[in-house]
Amino acid sequence: MGNQQTGKKYCQKKKRLSVRVKAYWQLYVLIFPAVLYFAVFCYGPMYGIQLAFKNYNALDGITGSAWVGFTHFTRFFRSYQFGKLLKNTLSLSILQLLLGFPLPIILALCLNYARNMRFKKVVQTITYAPHFISIVVLVGMLNIFFSVNGGLVNGLITALGGEPVLFMGKEKYFRLLFVGSGIWQNMGWNAIIYLAALAGVNPELHEAAVADGAGKLRRVWHIDLPAIRPTIIITLILNCGQLMGLGFEKAFLMQNSLNLGKSEIIATYVYKIGLLDAQYGFATAVGLFNSVINLILLVTVNYISGKLSETSLW
Amino acid sequence: MNINSHKFSAQSAGDKAFDIVNHTILILVALAVFYPLYFIVIASFSDPAAVASGNVSFWPKGFNLDGYVKVFENQKIWLGYRNSIFYTVIGTAVNLALTIMAAYGLSKKGLPGQGILMGLITFTMLFSGGLIPTYLLVDKLGINNSMWALVLPGAVSVYNLIIARSYMAENISGELEEAARLDGCSDFNLFFRIALPLSKPIIGVVVLMYAVGHWNEYFNALIYLRDQALYPLQVILRDLLIQTEQAANMGGDASVMEMQRVADMLKYGVIVVSSLPVLCMYPFIQKYFAQGMMIGSLKG
Repeated sequence: MGNQQTGKKYCQKKKRLSVRVKAYWQLYVLIFPAVLYFAVFCYGPMYGIQLAFKNYNALDGITGSAWVGFTHFTRFFRSYQFGKLLKNTLSLSILQLLLGFPLPIILALCLNYARNMRFKKVVQTITYAPHFISIVVLVGMLNIFFSVNGGLVNGLITALGGEPVLFMGKEKYFRLLFVGSGIWQNMGWNAIIYLAALAGVNPELHEAAVADGAGKLRRVWHIDLPAIRPTIIITLILNCGQLMGLGFEKAFLMQNSLNLGKSEIIATYVYKIGLLDAQYGFATAVGLFNSVINLILLVTVNYISGKLSETSLW
Repeated sequence: MNINSHKFSAQSAGDKAFDIVNHTILILVALAVFYPLYFIVIASFSDPAAVASGNVSFWPKGFNLDGYVKVFENQKIWLGYRNSIFYTVIGTAVNLALTIMAAYGLSKKGLPGQGILMGLITFTMLFSGGLIPTYLLVDKLGINNSMWALVLPGAVSVYNLIIARSYMAENISGELEEAARLDGCSDFNLFFRIALPLSKPIIGVVVLMYAVGHWNEYFNALIYLRDQALYPLQVILRDLLIQTEQAANMGGDASVMEMQRVADMLKYGVIVVSSLPVLCMYPFIQKYFAQGMMIGSLKG
């Protein structure tokens, strides 16, 4: 009896579904081009991930190439490059997280307490600007300012009696320049999200705190920071999910034979062995290793955050 | 409301100190961000010799437009500029059409399959096939070494799709649509006659985000384009600003030195000229981008 009823219900639902699908057909037409894009250019390459377990042969194509199991992975893990690449990638992104993450929060808090609205606007306009400079121009500017041939920074050093330093060609300066220029470029922009959260703080909280005699520093600590805590946590989770996904472009553009020891990261390595040396299978395996670690990091950090602070992405 | 307003006239010593420190930080940050940009501009108007010897610091020295003359004489820069404008216009048009149409469809909660589609789309933000499979796919589709390799592989940004969808879900009233539907208005008509006019602000955000992305695009051009006549501006800039500087830094032969001399003449000018389109859009960008970030942040 129960079965019959559910069966009937199911039929009705199915019918309603098909009616609804038909009624909405024009919406599906609107969605279709984008869905086609995601199917071809996002899920299509996922089909190609099998190359990580194959020896790619152009004649046989992706599907026809011979399986080799985990050969590429073991080769990568055993190679002398592995430790160095992992260390370079993680050191760079952890440094970037440690220095680059708190500064936009501090900037947003400072801007929030600027007394003059025009002054605030000017500071915002200036600090957002570098975000729109291309990476090529940014690295070009690094080359200009830190050049040994009349670069501003070396000019300052020699004026103070020091010796000019080959900043762009020394391993030990690579990380600092990479992270520092990233902060210069994105600090203002990354502050926007916190400013938006700060704008949502209930003014009555501040009024009550002032009435109780709380100074600005205390209000920052007890009102503003707790108010933007969820935003901070979400941003932190997303940043942790990017730890291994360090952008290719900037590291590649800053790279030269002299700083390679620190500037070779997983992304630049995949580009070189994959596209320059055409070791497709091996490069796919290295790339896959990277994406999987990233996904695991994101899910783990999200899970921990959900447990500890009840803030999570999903 | 201004959180600096006081009901009590006297400000405590602590608050005064806070204000001083706070404003000092803001001024220092603004100067640190502003000066390098300002320097590029004044250096572009100065005598290259004065710049190279470190004599330019706060205003142009030996006012000189040679750098700009060199930029305008350089055929490669012109070609790159033209290509970049072309890629930006076509690319942004494709991006916008796909994103806005899909955002509208997916903003309808009652649409069967909407949840699954959004899930599948969002997943692509977390995981991707990676560089090599994508490259092989583009190669297989036969769009390698053509403009389409710069336009199609990034045709929809999930982030932009999500903010456009949120905006439409919130700002296009369901009642208005129901009324129009009762009058026999089709979904196509609803989209073109009602949704699009109501979505102008978000269209502005999305257009600017995509356009700046295309203008600054470098990586796809590097891996997909082999034909030099197709190079966008950023690839040309890389040769001028980075390759020669590196070569010169490490000491090179006479030809490197000659390239370096040319690059020295025009490097400041070319940075200014290449950033000009984005600079012109900056007032709009600031208004719309900030809005876009807000919408994005609210949806988290």
